Amino acid sequence: MKRFFAQTYLWLLLAMLYAPIVIIAIFSFTEAKVLGNWTGFSTKLYTSLFSGGVHHSLLNAIENTLIIAIVAAALSTLLGSVAAIGIHNLRGRKKMVMNALNNIPMLNPDIITGISLFLLFVSLGITQGYTTVILAHVAFCTPYVVLCIMPRLQQMNPDIYEAALDLGATPLQAMRKVIIPEIKPGMISGFILAFTLSIDDFAVTIFTIGTGGLETLSTYIYADARKGGLTPELRPLSTIIFVTVLLLLIIINVRSQRAAKKKEALVK
Amino acid sequence: MGESNFIIELSHISKCYGEKCVLDDVSLYVKKGEFVTILGPSGCGKTTLLKILAGFGVATSGEIKIAGADITDVPPHLRPVNTVFQRYALFPHLNVYDNIAFGLKLKKVKQDEIDARVRKALKMVGMTDYEWRDVNSLSGGQQQRVAIARAIINRPQVLLLDEPLAALDLKMRKDMQMELKDMHKTLGITFVYVTHDQEEALTLSDTIVVMSEGRVQQIGTPTDIYNEPVNSFVADFIGESNILNGEMVRDRVVKFMGREFECVDEGFGENTPVDVVIRPEDVYIMARTDSGMLDGVVQSCIFKGVHYEMTVLTPNGYEIMIQDYNAFEVGQEVSMIVKPSDIHVMHKERVCNTFEGKMVDSTHVEMLGTQFLCNEVADVEVGESVLVEVPFNKVELMDNKEDGQQVGDVRFILYKGDHYHLTVRTADGDNIYVDTTDVWDDGDIVGIRIQADDIVIKKQAK
Amino acid sequence: MKGLMRFFMRRHNWSLPYFIFMLIFVVLPLVLIFIYAFQDADGNFTIDNFSKFISSPEAANTFVYSIGIAIITTVLCILLGYPAAYILSNRELCRSRVMVVLFILPMWINILVRTLATVALFDFMRLPLGEGALIFGMVYNFLPFMIYPIYNTMQKMDHSYIEAAQDLGASPLKVFTKVMLPLSMPGVMSGIMMVFMPTISTFAIAELLTMNNIKLFGTTIQENINNGMWNYGAALSLIMLVIIFASEMFSDSEEEQRATNEGGII
Repeated sequence: MKRFFAQTYLWLLLAMLYAPIVIIAIFSFTEAKVLGNWTGFSTKLYTSLFSGGVHHSLLNAIENTLIIAIVAAALSTLLGSVAAIGIHNLRGRKKMVMNALNNIPMLNPDIITGISLFLLFVSLGITQGYTTVILAHVAFCTPYVVLCIMPRLQQMNPDIYEAALDLGATPLQAMRKVIIPEIKPGMISGFILAFTLSIDDFAVTIFTIGTGGLETLSTYIYADARKGGLTPELRPLSTIIFVTVLLLLIIINVRSQRAAKKKEALVK
Repeated sequence: MGESNFIIELSHISKCYGEKCVLDDVSLYVKKGEFVTILGPSGCGKTTLLKILAGFGVATSGEIKIAGADITDVPPHLRPVNTVFQRYALFPHLNVYDNIAFGLKLKKVKQDEIDARVRKALKMVGMTDYEWRDVNSLSGGQQQRVAIARAIINRPQVLLLDEPLAALDLKMRKDMQMELKDMHKTLGITFVYVTHDQEEALTLSDTIVVMSEGRVQQIGTPTDIYNEPVNSFVADFIGESNILNGEMVRDRVVKFMGREFECVDEGFGENTPVDVVIRPEDVYIMARTDSGMLDGVVQSCIFKGVHYEMTVLTPNGYEIMIQDYNAFEVGQEVSMIVKPSDIHVMHKERVCNTFEGKMVDSTHVEMLGTQFLCNEVADVEVGESVLVEVPFNKVELMDNKEDGQQVGDVRFILYKGDHYHLTVRTADGDNIYVDTTDVWDDGDIVGIRIQADDIVIKKQAK
Repeated sequence: MKGLMRFFMRRHNWSLPYFIFMLIFVVLPLVLIFIYAFQDADGNFTIDNFSKFISSPEAANTFVYSIGIAIITTVLCILLGYPAAYILSNRELCRSRVMVVLFILPMWINILVRTLATVALFDFMRLPLGEGALIFGMVYNFLPFMIYPIYNTMQKMDHSYIEAAQDLGASPLKVFTKVMLPLSMPGVMSGIMMVFMPTISTFAIAELLTMNNIKLFGTTIQENINNGMWNYGAALSLIMLVIIFASEMFSDSEEEQRATNEGGII
């Protein structure tokens, strides 16, 4: 009985959480301009989303979003991996300082990060555009990459780097052949996390994207929504984003569970 | 002596972090093919020394030579040594074969030679046919064998072993000890072995280096170390012993437990305070007779497999540990005899605490990181550096650290028959030596108090 | 060159590039907010920006209103989220881990998309947009951020504490109030931070959910920056930073950080 109530409660909450998304998904399969009007099943919105032409700017925004996310995630992963190895080997106060620094972007609200970077770029006289958005995204994504890699380093047998040196590997070889393979799962999770954070971001992007006409998905939706009319094609797009995120999350979950099982097997 | 005699020459190695030294002027010379064990309690600096030898750590000062070549500044991957790590440090993403072949592949050895050598190394450690196994699926003992194979396949001049058996269970440890000894014979390379297990050291080594507090205490063969320990630390650490305060009356006569004994030691001078060490198996025990040197009553008797271990209380309050093949009942009156040659007399490292201090005013001295009240000292300048002496038994320890003038933790406990001799270390790293009859445990945090009357101030000779 | 090589041979020096990057792109920008806040448009030192904030009823009202909305949202999230986290972490009540994933999933969808979906829902149900929509949207957006840290803390809680309490004769209610609740507090505190902070600082959501009828403090900041009032905008940002810093000081503890960080992605 207790279990029944508990389950009901959870499902009610879930219904509330998912109702808006489900409605959007349902109405992505009809042509009506105004949401809520069902004019029969159609996949026209999906085809017109990708057909360019009218919605050239939307496609453009998607493309920008993906490019920015990939570049920012790659740079964050690189910077974050090197940083994590460095921080892991620091001791005492220096380690505390680095950890505190690493926490700042995660504790800062997006709007503060955005405005502070905006002020940085204008006071340095840097024209805002692709580069500034990517730099900004690297700034707030890297801490998460570091956090993804740190546990791998902590679990690692601390002697294996020295063991590699002992067997004749130069420090660089030891890094490539021993440390990198060990932290790779963390790097991959970090990359995926940075990628999703970058795609999701709105607050930091809007302050660092400049006025040169560059649009990402977030800024496009925002501008669109402010104009009042919602481009109908946003419905299939939201649905696609939702499904993609769902798939990504499942992949990460399966990966981490497999790793956990492997570890369990080892313990036995 | 020709230089080629030694494969390893460590000269005056020190490793300090600021004021604190984990290694203090350690020198060690190892002959080619020797099995040397560095033995000491945890924190004695033995692992640090090994790391410096392997190149993972840099000595603050000193010089290292291997086979005559100075390698003090040579990075680890260019040193002719290989290490077996305590926690194996196998590469978890590689299988057994790739772990063992790691060093050879880096040296670009030909594939068929690698194959042959890996097989040979696996055979040597008794793990033939394990090539393709995942290292994570191996047991602790198997992992350690792979780790050894991975090191010896590179044919190092010196093999360093950092407590390689510490993580194994007792039975496995005994087996591996024998195998290591055989391996050492077959390979003919020099082994430097680090352990805190005195039995392991006695079993395996040609030479044992006993370390404590970053310093070498004694270097010698297992028999030397066991039979002729140079100080009470070594005596206590190696095997079981009765350690007692004594006084060398004159040559060949030592007084302890309130009685004079004949002994074989000379040259200590007259009426010198000494430590006396008697091994429990060297005390002969018999039912009460008049011909015994000491009388006592059996307090406890425990069967230890081969022998019985008994404690006997003498009338003047000393407890003596005795090992004998015959059991005596608890409460039985017994007599004991010790041969002169079994009484080991050694110099005391110190007879009272000596601290460096500074006068705050004529009745206060600053030492051990705090201020102590002392009796008025005549014509002493404020701020003058002085030496402060405090007898061991005048340092009070208290349970509640807030009650003390300073706080420390108990680091080392020596039972001296009728009292305990403790080493207490303060947070600043100062050692205070305390004689007490209270029972404390290793690692206890204690408050330290010294009465003004017990502080003796001596002006420093300039 | 060789010196540089040797420098990077020491692995702890690998943190240096990141350190420099962080100085330029995290610390320096925050310092700039501080500097701009105390300057007028010509770059002279002034505290006018702050006195302007205090004396202008509009900005100050928005500020108080935003805090009010943030508190309401946070309280609603605790009331709805705590039972959910409790059920999710309880093996008897919820056996499937999929449930947990379902609750976390919305965290990973673009906040604007989620907000637009809420707007769509209100349209669909013919409900007016306004304060009600705003609070619903906020709760909807941030509820997962409350559930997750509480769930995380509860899940890591050693079950033997509860058994010990039962063993010592505590009734189920007592077990909850004396053991579960205090032990899950770090998760709750962390959840509060994760909900309160974004609600007080959002700017686009309120606009969309209320047809631009209700302004929150974040919107005010954004408008000022967009209209070129950088110094005033910076001063308002600084006020927000102080609020957030204060609430962090108030709640900061190691355990709570662990509750937030440890789980990583899921």
